[in-house]
Amino acid sequence: MAASTTSASPLGISFDCVEKRFGSLVALRGISLKIQPGEFVALLGPNGAGKTTLLRIAARLVNPTSGQIHLTSGISATDAKHLIDMVGHSTLLYDELTATENLTLFAELYGLDDVLARVASALEACGLSSRAGSLVRTFSRGMRQRLSIARALLRGPRLLLLDEPAAGLDREGLVWFGATLARLRDDGCTVLMSTHARNESLDLASRAVSLVAGRIERDTGPGGDPRPLLATLRAEA
Amino acid sequence: MTTARAAAILLSKELRLEFRTRELLTTTIVFALIVIVLFSFAFNPTAEESRRYGPGLLWIAFLFAGSLMVNPSFAREQSNSTLDALRMAPISSFAILLGKMLANFIFLALSECILVPAFSVFYNVSLSGIVSRLILVLLLGTLGLVVTGTVFSAISAHARMRELLLPLLLLPILAPLLIAAVEATASLLTEQPALDRTWVSFLAGFDIVFLTASWLLCDYLIEE
Repeated sequence: MAASTTSASPLGISFDCVEKRFGSLVALRGISLKIQPGEFVALLGPNGAGKTTLLRIAARLVNPTSGQIHLTSGISATDAKHLIDMVGHSTLLYDELTATENLTLFAELYGLDDVLARVASALEACGLSSRAGSLVRTFSRGMRQRLSIARALLRGPRLLLLDEPAAGLDREGLVWFGATLARLRDDGCTVLMSTHARNESLDLASRAVSLVAGRIERDTGPGGDPRPLLATLRAEA
Repeated sequence: MTTARAAAILLSKELRLEFRTRELLTTTIVFALIVIVLFSFAFNPTAEESRRYGPGLLWIAFLFAGSLMVNPSFAREQSNSTLDALRMAPISSFAILLGKMLANFIFLALSECILVPAFSVFYNVSLSGIVSRLILVLLLGTLGLVVTGTVFSAISAHARMRELLLPLLLLPILAPLLIAAVEATASLLTEQPALDRTWVSFLAGFDIVFLTASWLLCDYLIEE
């Protein structure tokens, strides 16, 4: 019930001195970052900078070694599970299930109503209606990525975490993905997207944060203009 | 969403995945059948010897089958990180564990439906008159095996040598269960079959203890 009352509200997240170690490897070093509700944040940085770890901590898939994360509006961890979703490096899909079966499984686990209609609509939106009954293992990388994004959007998350989400998407897929992100931003969904500087959907970002060796190197801040930083990174890329 | 509802959804997924490929069931049943047949040929037991040693051989075959069966439970969630998707869903960690336990229980019970008649034939052991009591022992023993096996499958899922690690962790823990199941089964295969309530109670206690422990520790078992 609590989740449904908060589901339409934008959701912010703050990291307070978050550190993450994997044995002797320090992936994140004292990250403090406050993301306002409704912000679209581009998380940039070279490989191994700690972007994925930061996103996985935000998704509560990994616990920080030290430091804390907080969600706005005092939302509990239980309710947060209704409001946060992630698209990761892996597809988070079962290869031996069909596209429909995958989305139906997650729609049921999310406790959504009218599952069949929602799944059909999601497949239509991501352009996979014609392959609804095909096993995911028969899909190309781009088709899997579209379905993975469709899965994450099924429950209308208020905080969407995207880790290199455009990987494998073709031209048509990128257009669909860009339009989907624009709609999410307009709907007030908070987006934290890790990507490389050549991704065109970065133009939607309202803020850019760059990580280097587990530390925040640059942050344009809420209300700042991310374009100079993005242009610099594009030039470097 | 209740734990039971989420576990039922996940059980349905596990059954669909397995019955689509039948990889796990087929290989496990064939492997356990080979164990039973090879023991039969190697020892060529008399009826008396079968009653004496048969329960041990039968439960060792179940143990091997069970440890093969539970190994992929969490390992196959690794390939596309699907466990992450389950962990992000608004369901309890115990529902994830319970769904897998139920699926493993069904798979092992199905295997036993083939292995027990095969045991009866190859070892010349009559099961008439003890079927219902044998089923009780099999159910309790199988439950303990899959509960413990699924828990250790979750623990070993992230290990690089998980195929070796799981039996190393699992078999010592299952030794008391194996002893109780063998003794309870042996008491049914004597000339005067009687259900040994002490060993049956031990099996039930083992199941309750490990099921409760898995419920209490499920968050730690499922987390990365």
